[in-house]
Amino acid sequence: MKTSPDSSPLQRLRRLAAHPEFRAGAREISGVAPGLAAWGLMTGVAMVQSGMSTVEAVAMTLLVFAGSSQLAAIPLIAASAPVWVILATSFCVNLRFVVFSAHLRAYVMYLPRWARLLAGYVTADMTYVLFVRRYAHPATAPAEREAQMAYLAGGGALNWASWQLASLTGIALAQSVPLQWGLGFAGILALTGVACSLASSTMRRVSAGVAGAAAVAAFALPFKLNIVFAIAVAVALSLLLERPAPPDRRGAA
Amino acid sequence: MSQPGTDLWTLGVIVGLTVVTVVTRSFFFLSSREWQLPHWAQRGLQYAPIAALSAVIVPEVVMTQGQLITTWQDARLFGAAAGAAFYFARRGQGQAVLGTIVVGMAVYLPLHLGLGW
Repeated sequence: MKTSPDSSPLQRLRRLAAHPEFRAGAREISGVAPGLAAWGLMTGVAMVQSGMSTVEAVAMTLLVFAGSSQLAAIPLIAASAPVWVILATSFCVNLRFVVFSAHLRAYVMYLPRWARLLAGYVTADMTYVLFVRRYAHPATAPAEREAQMAYLAGGGALNWASWQLASLTGIALAQSVPLQWGLGFAGILALTGVACSLASSTMRRVSAGVAGAAAVAAFALPFKLNIVFAIAVAVALSLLLERPAPPDRRGAA
Repeated sequence: MSQPGTDLWTLGVIVGLTVVTVVTRSFFFLSSREWQLPHWAQRGLQYAPIAALSAVIVPEVVMTQGQLITTWQDARLFGAAAGAAFYFARRGQGQAVLGTIVVGMAVYLPLHLGLGW
């Protein structure tokens, strides 16, 4: 197989942006953009209303770029929880991306590492869902690979831009809304919506119920450790309660 | 206008959260070697995200100042219940998460601002 001519990262990105599939990816993301924008807007409001400064809120949206992880971290930051608790919570909220990355691996492993990390970074929920819907199988020919990556880049770029625009608007608006209105509660509602979307099996609902009860029962633990405790209890209990998997020791395919 | 100050601790946390975003979204592309998670961890992946969300959400809805609320007259209970009910009524179709926020706030705000719950 011919390797593509060595070109700088910038040239490679420009080539992707000029590809027709780049526009196709952007067009399909634009269909779900209003919902994402509302969520971004509210994440911006929630950050400011939790007491973060404008600089902190802007840095958070531009860098972290992960709505549910940000929303989960906001109350923990406000409570000055230890850094590892905040990062561990955010990691758990983001675990679905670990699953996505296992799926996307075959599509991106031909790229150099910097490009893989960039592709991963811009691939949020909807970008992933639409990408694997359009391309059910990883390409093997160079031209096809280029088309797939252009589509992913187009969707990722528009998703990033609309999220950031909405979130920055939210940060600006939040300055003029009184705290007592409690608009930050919209952040909890967004997390509730995402949690509902994950409640697709009985065992997952059990996991949610156990975690919620444990987080309340263990609330007195210092450093917001009740969150980590609740996740550990819920996952351990779910693994114990689920129907034992069929015996496939030694990884029989 | 009283603006909260920017502190280095929070900025450090933000950088850490950024690393978490990159690492989780690229988890299986980081290394070129073939490798797999242990079986129990793969199964655990199913249950951890919803557990983490629930652990954050539930105390924010049913507790005040570290105490379980003792009244049902709390706007958060009704807002969260209405949002979740909307999500399941729509079976997650269309802009269901957006609807969860809108319906939840439509119930929460009048109770909170109007009745002071």
